[in-house]
Amino acid sequence: MSAVSTTRRAPLLTVYATAVFAFIYLPIVVLVAYSFNRDGVGGFPPRHFTWHWYQQLLGDAAIWDAVLNSLIVAAASVALALTLGLLAALALDRASFPGKALFRRLVLLPLILPGIITGLSLLMFVVLVGAPLSLLTVFFGHGTALISVATTELFAGLQKLDRQQEEASLDLGATPWQTFWRVTLPNLKLSLIAAGLLIFTLSMDEIAVTFFLIGRDNTLPMEIWGRLRQGMTPEINAISTLIFAASVALISIWYRLRARTLRDA
Amino acid sequence: MYSRAYKTIVSVPPLLWVGTFLLLPYALMLVHSFWLVRDGFIVQQWNLGNYATLFGKPVYLEVLLRTVRIAGSVTLCSLLLGYPLAYYLSFHAGMRKEFLYQLVIVPLWVSYLVRGYAWKTILGSDGVLNGFLQYAHITHEPLGFLLYSPFAVVLMLTHIYTPFVFLPIYAALESIPRPLIEASQDLGATPGKTFFRIIVPLSMPGLLAGATFAFVLSLGDFLAPLLVGGASGTMIANVVQSLFGAAYDWPLGAAVSVCILLLTLSLLLATETLEKRWSFK
Repeated sequence: MSAVSTTRRAPLLTVYATAVFAFIYLPIVVLVAYSFNRDGVGGFPPRHFTWHWYQQLLGDAAIWDAVLNSLIVAAASVALALTLGLLAALALDRASFPGKALFRRLVLLPLILPGIITGLSLLMFVVLVGAPLSLLTVFFGHGTALISVATTELFAGLQKLDRQQEEASLDLGATPWQTFWRVTLPNLKLSLIAAGLLIFTLSMDEIAVTFFLIGRDNTLPMEIWGRLRQGMTPEINAISTLIFAASVALISIWYRLRARTLRDA
Repeated sequence: MYSRAYKTIVSVPPLLWVGTFLLLPYALMLVHSFWLVRDGFIVQQWNLGNYATLFGKPVYLEVLLRTVRIAGSVTLCSLLLGYPLAYYLSFHAGMRKEFLYQLVIVPLWVSYLVRGYAWKTILGSDGVLNGFLQYAHITHEPLGFLLYSPFAVVLMLTHIYTPFVFLPIYAALESIPRPLIEASQDLGATPGKTFFRIIVPLSMPGLLAGATFAFVLSLGDFLAPLLVGGASGTMIANVVQSLFGAAYDWPLGAAVSVCILLLTLSLLLATETLEKRWSFK
């Protein structure tokens, strides 16, 4: 009876849910379709299949410079945010210090507050210390703002951790340092990878904070942003399609990894 | 179990970093809002002039109201799309549940800019939608009002935040003990009654979290208006951006930012309180 009542057929709801899925995927489908359209980004239906825009993209040095810049910033931000986020998560999980409740909330602010506020606050700080705007300031902004993501993910991981393993390790004579490297970290592997991938993706895509901290060298989203002001070309559809494909590839890797880790565990 | 040294090593670096590079910058924002600009220079002279300007000139209140209206519409639309979707997945998707869940998650990973750009190509006067409407002989001239309007901003942001709203609602629906629903049905409640008396109240914390998320994130958005909003779709964060940019009035811009910040934080605080009251654990 329960099986019947909970998977009862609801044709109207099914149609509605399908429509919502269509709404969610429509822009992505349009984007990909028009990246192969010879006649540009508008009009209907798309006709005359072409690889032209991808070829043009391949030869576009400015885009690839921006891609490289974004990759460097994202990788460095992952390193910074994960290191500090891991320490922060350990501190929140295991230490008690004055202002702990405040610290917990403060770390999360960049996740909650509009990007423009975090971006401008960081800009004021950068101006105050007199640092020139460059990829370094972008990295500083991304890394600092994304400590929030690392802390949340890793704190959740730590909460699920079996403390007895660490106790056993310490009781058996391992130093805290050895216990950290050989028990705590390996047990957190999945959370670390998850947090890392999330931070990487968020950094690759970030505009709101980057907008105010960028110098002469562009990240990929800022390069695309700049081009949008000059007009739309299917070349932007092509790079967007590639970004989409890369994101999907990244999520699939993450799910495979998770499935494997869950199976091994 | 953990030594004093261990606790110090894990606490001090993040505390220092966050204190210096996060707390200090936010404090700088607050401090700037009490300074002023004279002859193109920021003067560190304490005053409330920026806040007086803010509340004295109707233009700021107008933009703020429009922003709240847009953010409210986005929240409502995302809920109208996200809640039924979550309900469908949780109660009616059967075997396809896991697959459909992934299908909702994927767009979350797709670049914000890419999705905004896609809407721009769809809504433009020589865009895909107008092309389609003319191709299908529904209209004969391009509709100009689709792009560069508050409507376009609401559409784009709804598209972006629907999966965000879906997630907490779905989690809340999934955590409802199924025997409760069976009990309700066994005791003779109609499906409608079960839905409004059992499912909706129990999913309230998720709904609230999703709604707050959509509202707060839309409230501070300045990219969607720049991308698809045009002059009539300008939001409060665009005011901040222009005050920090072309207008070069950082103190006034900081005052607007502080207002957005306070609005956001008080909303989050209110939600947190409500969520605690409504959660059934």
